[in-house]
Amino acid sequence: MSSTKYTEYDAYAADEAAEGRVFDVNGQDWDRVVAGAEDGSDERLVVNMGPQHPSTHGVLRLVLTLDGETVNDCRVGIGYLHTGIEKNMEFRTWTQGVTFCTRMDYLAPLFNETAYCLGVEKLLGVTDQVPERAQIIRVMMMELNRISSHLVAIATFGLELGATTVMLNGFIEREYTLDLFEEISGLRMNMAYVRPGGVAQDLPSGALGKVREYLDRMPKRIKALRKLMDENPVFLARTRDVAYLDLTGCMALGITGPVLRATGLPWDLRKSQPYCGYETYDFDVPTQESADVYGRYLVRMAEMEESLKIVEQCVERLRTVQGPVMIEDKKIGWPAKLAIGVDGMGNSPRHIAHIMGTSMEALIHHFKLVTEGFRVPAGQAYAAIESPRGELGVHVVSDGGTRPYRVHFRDPSFTNLQATPAMAEGGMIADVIAAVASIDPVMGGVDR
Amino acid sequence: MTSENPEQKAEQAADRLPAQSPEERREQPVVRTGMFGARTTGDTSGYGRLVVRQRPKAHAERPYGGPDGAAEPGPFDAVADALAAALPDFGAAVERVVVDRGELTFHLRREHLKAVAREMRDRPDLRFELCSGVSGVHFPEDEGAELHAVYHLLSITHNRRVRLEVTCPDADPHVPSLVDVYPTNNWHERETYDFFGIVFDGHPALTRIEMPDDWVGHPQRKDYPLGGIPVEYRGAEIPPPDERRSYV
Amino acid sequence: MGLEEKLPSGFLLTTVEQVAGWARKSSVWPATFGLACCAIEMMAAGDPRHDFSRWGMERASATPRQADLMIVAGRVSQKMAPVLRQIYDQMTEPKWVIAMGVCASSGGMFNNYAVVQGVDHIVPVDIYLPGCPPRPEMLLDAILKLHDKIQNTKLGPQRARQVRELEEAKRRQLPLLGQPGGAR
Repeated sequence: MSSTKYTEYDAYAADEAAEGRVFDVNGQDWDRVVAGAEDGSDERLVVNMGPQHPSTHGVLRLVLTLDGETVNDCRVGIGYLHTGIEKNMEFRTWTQGVTFCTRMDYLAPLFNETAYCLGVEKLLGVTDQVPERAQIIRVMMMELNRISSHLVAIATFGLELGATTVMLNGFIEREYTLDLFEEISGLRMNMAYVRPGGVAQDLPSGALGKVREYLDRMPKRIKALRKLMDENPVFLARTRDVAYLDLTGCMALGITGPVLRATGLPWDLRKSQPYCGYETYDFDVPTQESADVYGRYLVRMAEMEESLKIVEQCVERLRTVQGPVMIEDKKIGWPAKLAIGVDGMGNSPRHIAHIMGTSMEALIHHFKLVTEGFRVPAGQAYAAIESPRGELGVHVVSDGGTRPYRVHFRDPSFTNLQATPAMAEGGMIADVIAAVASIDPVMGGVDR
Repeated sequence: MTSENPEQKAEQAADRLPAQSPEERREQPVVRTGMFGARTTGDTSGYGRLVVRQRPKAHAERPYGGPDGAAEPGPFDAVADALAAALPDFGAAVERVVVDRGELTFHLRREHLKAVAREMRDRPDLRFELCSGVSGVHFPEDEGAELHAVYHLLSITHNRRVRLEVTCPDADPHVPSLVDVYPTNNWHERETYDFFGIVFDGHPALTRIEMPDDWVGHPQRKDYPLGGIPVEYRGAEIPPPDERRSYV
Repeated sequence: MGLEEKLPSGFLLTTVEQVAGWARKSSVWPATFGLACCAIEMMAAGDPRHDFSRWGMERASATPRQADLMIVAGRVSQKMAPVLRQIYDQMTEPKWVIAMGVCASSGGMFNNYAVVQGVDHIVPVDIYLPGCPPRPEMLLDAILKLHDKIQNTKLGPQRARQVRELEEAKRRQLPLLGQPGGAR
């Protein structure tokens, strides 16, 4: 930029996009900007919000056309976090794919993994052969993950509405949930814990006791959080009757998850199309009728309480159900028995002694399965699970090789984010923040 | 490079085959020999004679059954019957029906896609209210139908899923847009256009969504390289994943 | 011997550089530049358990013009790269950059068409922090290391000389490869 404090230029000469004067604000130039705005005859103002903005829930870009404080037009720009995960997975084995897809929706890594693994298991035709203990561990981990994801959703929601207290409370509870993940899988985030055919390793001794302690603590904490927010007049004023989207709108735009359940439709894939044995657990699908931001908040809160109920049942079952956590089929199941050592997760010393010391065949088998991977019969499959944000679908295509031919994720954040204009247009600019926060998009999932 | 080895000679000859018509090529049983896809040098893997055959086009016969794979008529037959009753030109619209792994797929001719989707959404006995978007798949070997667009529909009323699949040749990558029927497909179609170059006719604003606007090419096609760079680690140079030797 | 002995008690002698460094490091304001997974761990570093307000950092600066530190937390896509550079340019000197996580440091596991292979292609980086994502404790460690660097930053002509010397040292550094005894 030259020394002029603002530039007035025809951005797209002779194009229909030349919509008047463009102000490039460079700092210490507010007088000129204000003077320039006063000259203008119409009140219409186009504001670019994001992709780096503290209130847009990540690298989301919103182009808002404002009339005063009213949003006339809202356009959403995404793609600022596009990582090429789907393409990268085509160059790794089926098992390695877990490591990539777990990093998509980084608040719900276990859901990405489970959806992908269910798709691969469907392609392999081994859905029934996954051991029961592995299924229970998957359910327990997913429900814990749902709690941690909703906690971050509510924490950032509070932060974006200007309430730091909510953020601090949400994040400290998330820390306690992440402690469990670390205890069980060795990692706080991006665990790659769920694998095709089961889970990476069994629960370490003492893990169930830790989950038990968590279950004793958490209901009180959720109650405290509800006490802080539920009837808070400031919070109510910012959320009630804001960003209304009814059932018809949700259906047309393909919205699922808490946003859909806040319109009163109890659609939850855990109930309607159960996977991982969800039909055997006792829980409710919370709904609200208000179809606004407050309703979505209440649904998330109630879902956390339901998740705690499921985790409790899982703990009870895991005390009695023993057995392997990986499929018995030696052609698919990861050969190593993994263990968590001082430096993280790795092969267990006993397994190393076995393959290096006693059995040449086991060594060959281990080598083949780890370097080459297993082959998946050609075909395609679609598996969908209920992630914290809605229907997480995975479309896996195999050409019969050791690597996925194509993996496509139907991420709920991506689909739900399309509703932003429907929720924001006609409202106040401050409510755009509440609308986006109530959708709870995770940009890693949106852009993949 | 020529070789005295008869096996290698045959492989080298296979690399120089003259162009064939698509039908001939599709019927050809062999796509690839060997384990590593090595064709111009000797394959030392011991898998040199392994023959990988082209995937036959699957086709299911009545009764279609249901998601549980039962042999008697089930929900899939109900969907097919309802669709046949709704469409006067069912035979022309539906190329083939595939039942695989408990999932029902209608392979459609692209010009009928919109009509089928509308019936799928509106008819009381079908009622597929929710579309889970479109997923592109690129099959460079499938001549005349390189690009596939796959739609997954969900009926909340009947609690069913069905898959629609249309193809279009690389030379004419046009598929009708379903945004009129399922507005949720707006971004999904933009994404598939961005990644595969499938042009959805009738889309209100078909522009790139994930990649920068001035990006050249459609990165998730098979003929687009992964685009990694070699990485040096302690003196060894590791090529990007798509350039490494690997099992296929 | 010197001046120190003649001072009354309660006085402390130091250099202007040390005072400036101490002041700068004691309240580093980070620009909120969260991109991906690491951004969540960056926010977690502000939670009551890790609490980076102990170093005067709780005031995350929403505007880059008031920020001293850019924590690039997450993978930088080709589409985001120009935005990142613009935000860096908007920050006022002195400014520092932490590349948080392997994606920001080197591209990490995403060695493909979409991701910039290391944010040091776009902005100068002071601290590379490995991990995927690094724990909040690791981020705190990186911040403490950065504090050390800020504290010992020289001023004026000394700074120019320091930069020159560091550059010279880097240029004279023997490559790791191809040296007898070096890594292969």
